[in-house]
Amino acid sequence: MNIIVLTKVVPDIERVKFDAVRGVVDRSSAPQEINPFDLNAIEEAVRLKERHGGRITAISMGPSDVEQTLKDTIARGVDEAILLTDKKFAGSDTLATSYALSQAIKSTGDFDIVICGEKTVDGDTGQVGGEVSEWLGIPYLPYTSKLNYEDGKFKARVELENIIYEVEASPPLLVSVTKDINTPRLPGFREKLNARKTQVKKMDAKGIEADEGRLGFNGSPTWVYKIEVPEEGQRDCKIYKDPESGLKEIMIMLESRDLI
Amino acid sequence: MTANDKREILVFAEQRRGRVHPVTIELLGKAIELSNRLPLMVSSVLLGRDAEGEAQELIYYGSKKVYLFEDSSLYNYDPILYKTNIVALAKEINPYAILFGSTHIGRSLAPRVAASLRTGLTADCTNLSIDEDGAFIQIRPAFTGNILAHIKTKTSPSMSTVRYKVMQRAKRDEKREGTIVKMTPLPNAPSWEVIDERVIEGINLPDAEVIVSGGRGLKRAEDFKMLEELAKLLGGVVGSSRPLVDEGWIGKEHQVGFSGNTVKPKLYIACGISGSPQHLAGMRDSEMIVAINSDPSAPIFRYADMGIIGDIYEIIPKMIEKLKRR
Ligand SMILES: Cc1cc2nc3c(=O)[nH]c(=O)nc-3n(C[C@H](O)[C@H](O)[C@H](O)COP(=O)(O)OP(=O)(O)OC[C@H]3O[C@@H](n4cnc5c(N)ncnc54)[C@H](O)[C@@H]3O)c2cc1C
Ligand SMILES: Nc1ncnc2c1ncn2[C@@H]1O[C@H](COP(=O)(O)O)[C@@H](O)[C@H]1O
Repeated sequence: MNIIVLTKVVPDIERVKFDAVRGVVDRSSAPQEINPFDLNAIEEAVRLKERHGGRITAISMGPSDVEQTLKDTIARGVDEAILLTDKKFAGSDTLATSYALSQAIKSTGDFDIVICGEKTVDGDTGQVGGEVSEWLGIPYLPYTSKLNYEDGKFKARVELENIIYEVEASPPLLVSVTKDINTPRLPGFREKLNARKTQVKKMDAKGIEADEGRLGFNGSPTWVYKIEVPEEGQRDCKIYKDPESGLKEIMIMLESRDLI
Repeated sequence: MTANDKREILVFAEQRRGRVHPVTIELLGKAIELSNRLPLMVSSVLLGRDAEGEAQELIYYGSKKVYLFEDSSLYNYDPILYKTNIVALAKEINPYAILFGSTHIGRSLAPRVAASLRTGLTADCTNLSIDEDGAFIQIRPAFTGNILAHIKTKTSPSMSTVRYKVMQRAKRDEKREGTIVKMTPLPNAPSWEVIDERVIEGINLPDAEVIVSGGRGLKRAEDFKMLEELAKLLGGVVGSSRPLVDEGWIGKEHQVGFSGNTVKPKLYIACGISGSPQHLAGMRDSEMIVAINSDPSAPIFRYADMGIIGDIYEIIPKMIEKLKRR
């Protein structure tokens, strides 16, 4: 089975600082890591490979300095990691990102399944997977919390909040997985060491035969024209240090508002 | 300008098991507001089976036109079948903007429509407006809710998914008139075959009128029982800050905040929650906020209406007692 995983290298969002002047995340202010949601995508790819054999290719678009971090995908069981990196990709929104990723996927030849994470912690749109599936013209199984392959078909659990579908679909297709689908394993010491010795394959705009008008700033229909630090929305809080009097006031409030 | 030359602002009327999702009514509320800023016609698109009753409701809620695609294959959500019809409609009417609810259906369907139309899509907006030049402005929290990004779209139509429970609902008025335009669904190969469908009777946080939320002030998973008891007495449900969801103490459907549910209940009681920007992003607009926290400097007190400084393990049982004695 030919499996493709889409994975992004992101700054550690708990620590990263925001550059309010330039209106961008200051990537240098925090260490990088594989997008936490994509670890579930990688784990699911590894599980499919364990059961059905095959090959896993991880594809990522980002600046060239993410190369080392990307090797973590190999330590986790990916066979080959591809990094799309080119100045022409800079400033891509989800449409341009998904176009570049879909071109890269096409360039790798036939595949059975593309797996992506539910969302990135920095972009936080959850759109890239769906857009990639449209560029490729293949089915999209969103919010998947269970995945199996049997008799030439994928069987998946698609969660639409309170409605749960058990579906069957034929390859090739694209699946975005939720955090509930599995618990990613930690890579072992030996795997980490081996991964360090492997090469990440780099591809540029030419390499993926991209229409340059669809890449980067030019290919991105949306743009952030203003950043706003939200209004505080603070209220005048009546503070009680003594629980008894506080509770008494709360009971009065509940009554006056018809809450009890 | 006559009504016919007006560009349309098109609302995707998400339907689940035959009923229109309430986020649709919020989208209509916003669309009506925007149509007063720029001469736009509010319309909606509904895909389903035997859905004329719901289409009429959309008119009562302010749609001037409802494009209705009816077929048994459209009763259940299918990204490809839905996309095919919405894309065809969008190419025909060339709307100014298309709005989707930020539900799992909206957030998975909109990207397919946007990529097919080669247009921009902005995720999970918390506000929409139109500037002096008539440009559509989409506002969304970014950088984990610490900032708001204002986004414009170079291509047409602009497309957005919009967070549930942040916009004002449209008012229902049976005197409103509009047209149901029956469309012929286009065939396409479906995304999947649905083998089984289940509805889980989980809690519905966004619709709750009272929410009692627990944070890291709780010492053990079992202590949620105490909050549950309080919530029951108030006719409400239990919410949670994210760390406890990550710990597995309570299900994700209970999470309030930037990466969880946005809620706007009549009463929100925050128990042992510090009030991080990410938590506040999900509950700041509650009508009445009560905070119980042992740390007087906890930010939550600045966003609450009433606060008790103290130990939740002392105060909540007392409150339960008082409510029971009534
Ligand atoms: C990308 C991202 C998304 C996030 N999304 C969300 C989200 O959706 N929702 C969310 O909630 N968080 C979210 N967070 C996490 C957020 O940043 C905070 O870490 C989290 O909200 C803190 O939860 P807390 O208030 O329960 O815990 P803490 O900040 O640890 O606060 C616990 C509070 O309990 C008080 N306390 C302790 N013991 C007692 C006692 N016995 N009685 C009374 N008070 C007591 C303490 O004084 C303290 O104020 C997100 C973070 C990131 C990076
Ligand atoms: N630059 C990228 N490179 C590779 N995969 C990506 C990239 N951006 C997004 N993805 C994939 O698309 C998913 C959704 O991302 P997003 O739409 O940014 O929230 C992620 O979990 C990844 O699997």
